[in-house]
Amino acid sequence: MVKRSTSIPFLYKFLIGLFVLISSFFISMVVGAADTSLKDAWNAIISNTVTDTVIMLNEIRLPRVIAAIFVGAALAVSGAIMQGVTRNPLADPGLLGLTAGANAALALTIALIPYANYFWITIVCFIGAAVGTILVLGIGSMRRGGFSPFRLVLAGAAVSAFLHAITEWIGLYFRISKDVSMWTAGGLIGTTWGQLQMIVPFIIISIVISIFLAKQLTILSLNEEVAIGLGQNIIRVKYMLFIIIILLAGTSVALVGNIAFVGLMIPHIVRGIVGTDYRFILPMSAVAGATFMLLADTLGRTINAPFETPVAAIVSILGLPFFLLIVRKGGNAFS
Amino acid sequence: MVRLFTDQLHIGYGERLIVKDMTIEIPDQKITTIIGSNGCGKSTLLKAITRIISHQSGTIILDGQSISKEGTKTLAKKMAILPQTPESAAGLTVGELVSYGRFPYQKGFARLTKKDLEVIHWALEVTGIEEFKYRPVDALSGGQRQRVWIAMALAQETDMIFLDEPTTYLDMAHQLEVLELLEKLNEVQGRTIVMVLHDLNQAARFADYIIALKDGQIVKEGTSEEVIKRDVLKDVFQIDAEIGRDPRTNKPMCVTYNLLKGEDLHEKATSTISTAVHTYS
Repeated sequence: MVKRSTSIPFLYKFLIGLFVLISSFFISMVVGAADTSLKDAWNAIISNTVTDTVIMLNEIRLPRVIAAIFVGAALAVSGAIMQGVTRNPLADPGLLGLTAGANAALALTIALIPYANYFWITIVCFIGAAVGTILVLGIGSMRRGGFSPFRLVLAGAAVSAFLHAITEWIGLYFRISKDVSMWTAGGLIGTTWGQLQMIVPFIIISIVISIFLAKQLTILSLNEEVAIGLGQNIIRVKYMLFIIIILLAGTSVALVGNIAFVGLMIPHIVRGIVGTDYRFILPMSAVAGATFMLLADTLGRTINAPFETPVAAIVSILGLPFFLLIVRKGGNAFS
Repeated sequence: MVRLFTDQLHIGYGERLIVKDMTIEIPDQKITTIIGSNGCGKSTLLKAITRIISHQSGTIILDGQSISKEGTKTLAKKMAILPQTPESAAGLTVGELVSYGRFPYQKGFARLTKKDLEVIHWALEVTGIEEFKYRPVDALSGGQRQRVWIAMALAQETDMIFLDEPTTYLDMAHQLEVLELLEKLNEVQGRTIVMVLHDLNQAARFADYIIALKDGQIVKEGTSEEVIKRDVLKDVFQIDAEIGRDPRTNKPMCVTYNLLKGEDLHEKATSTISTAVHTYS
C-alpha cells in the first residue's frame, strides 16, 4: 500500500507552528526602537514591577504585538475560508469589497467628524467592511440560483471600483486624501488596549466557530452539487461562513488598514503543509498568519529604527516572491 | 407503487420551462436510463429529482413524502448523487474523499465510528480501489477517479444512486468498467440506479427501463425493446437508425444511423419559396 507523502501527524505540525509563534512573540517583544532585555519583556508580561521600560513595553509594544498576532490570524483564516467558499484560489478580503467598504467608511468619517478618535474609526471601518461585503453578496446573488463564484468576483470588482471612487471623491472634495491614505496604508502603530478589547473577542469567537464549520467547508469546497447530495444545507453554511469572513476581515481591516497578501498567501502555504482538509487548514492558517504578521511588523519597527517602515510594504515585499514560488511549484495548492 | 415518482413536474427559470409536465415513475431496484439530445432537459430532470435545483410546480414524491418538505440530511441517506464530472478533489486522498460519503450519518464533531469505517472499507473494496486508499485522487486515471466518486456515493448507503453521464470523458474500457460496476450493484444489492447516458447502445444494454426526452417532455418510456426503435429515435434525435440485435445480449442496438436533415428544412424552404413566388407574381 502506498503511504501518504506527508506522514507527520497534523498535531506535530501544529505544535511546531505554535512553538515558532511563541518564539516570534518573545523576539518581537525584545527588539525594537528602544532596547529592552528578555527580562524586561518577562516583567512586562508577568510581574507588577514598574519601570519606564516595562511601562513602554506594556503600553506600546505589547498591544501592538498582540494586535499583529490576532490580525494575522484573522486575515489568514478569512482568506482560507474565502478561497474555500468561492473556490477561487485568488480570493482575499479585497475580492469581496471588504477593504473598499472600510476605506469609504473611513473617508466619510474623517470628512464629517474630523476629531473622531481611533476607537470610533475602528468601529466605522468595520461597519463599512460589512456594508461593502453585503453589497457584493447581494449583487452576486440577485439572479436565481444563488451566488456563483464567478458572479461574486465580478460583483466584487464592480462594487470595489465604485467604493474606491467614492473614497477618492470624498478625499478630494474635503481635502483629506492624505489623512485617508495615512490610515489605509496599513500599520499597527498606536494600537491601544482599548481597541484590542473590542476586536480580539470577535476574532477569537469567529475563529473558533470557523473551526467547527471546517468539515462543512471542505465538503462545500469540493463541489456544491456533491455537498447538497451529501445532505449539506449549503445556503445556511455559506451564510454562516460569510458572516465569519466579515467579522474576521472587517475587524482586521479596521485595525490595520489594507494589508494585502496575508489572506491570499498564508492559506496557500498552509495547504502545502497540511493538505486540503479545512479542519487542518484553518487552525494552521491562524498560527501561520499570526507568526507572519508578527514578524513582518517587528521587521517594520526595527530595520530602519527609530523610523517605521510600513508593515504593508514589508508584507508585500516578503510575500510576493514567496507567493510566486508557491504558484510556480504548484504543489498541493489549487491546481 | 414505486418509491419515487413525479407528478406534473415543471422545472425552469422564469418564463423558460426546461422540463414540462413531467409525470414519471422510477422503477424500484432497476436500472433506469434517461436519454435525449443535448438541452432536452435530462440533466435538469435528474437534478430536480435529487433536489440540487428546485422545481417550479408539481411534486416529487419519495416514500410518500414530498422531497421539498424532507430534510436534506434524511434525503442524503436515501439517495446519492454523482454530478457530471465533479471537479478534481484538490489533494484529498481516495480514502478521505470516500469517507465524506458518511457525512449524512455524522453528528457535529464526532469521529468516524466503527460502522463508518466498515462501510468505507466495503465501498473501496467493491469498487476495486482499495489499493489507492492513500493516494491523492488527482493522481488517478479518469476511470479510477470515477470509481472513487462512485465509492463515495456507495458509502452513503442509499437505496438509490443517481448519476449524470458517468461515462463522459472515459475511454471504451473505462466506460464499461463503470457501467458493469453499476450493473453489479443493481443485481447483487438491488440498488435503484438512475443515470443519464449519451450512448444509445449502452443504454439499451444496461438499462431495464429507458426514458426518452425531447424538449423537456417524454417521447417514449419503457424497456429497451420499446424505446430503441426506429420511429422513437427519429423523433428524439432526428436520426435515421437501423436497429439490429446485439448477438451477445440479444438487446436492441443501433447498427448504423444517419442524420435526418432535410425533411423539415426542405419543407420550410419549399413553402418559403412558394410564398415568395406568390408575393412577387
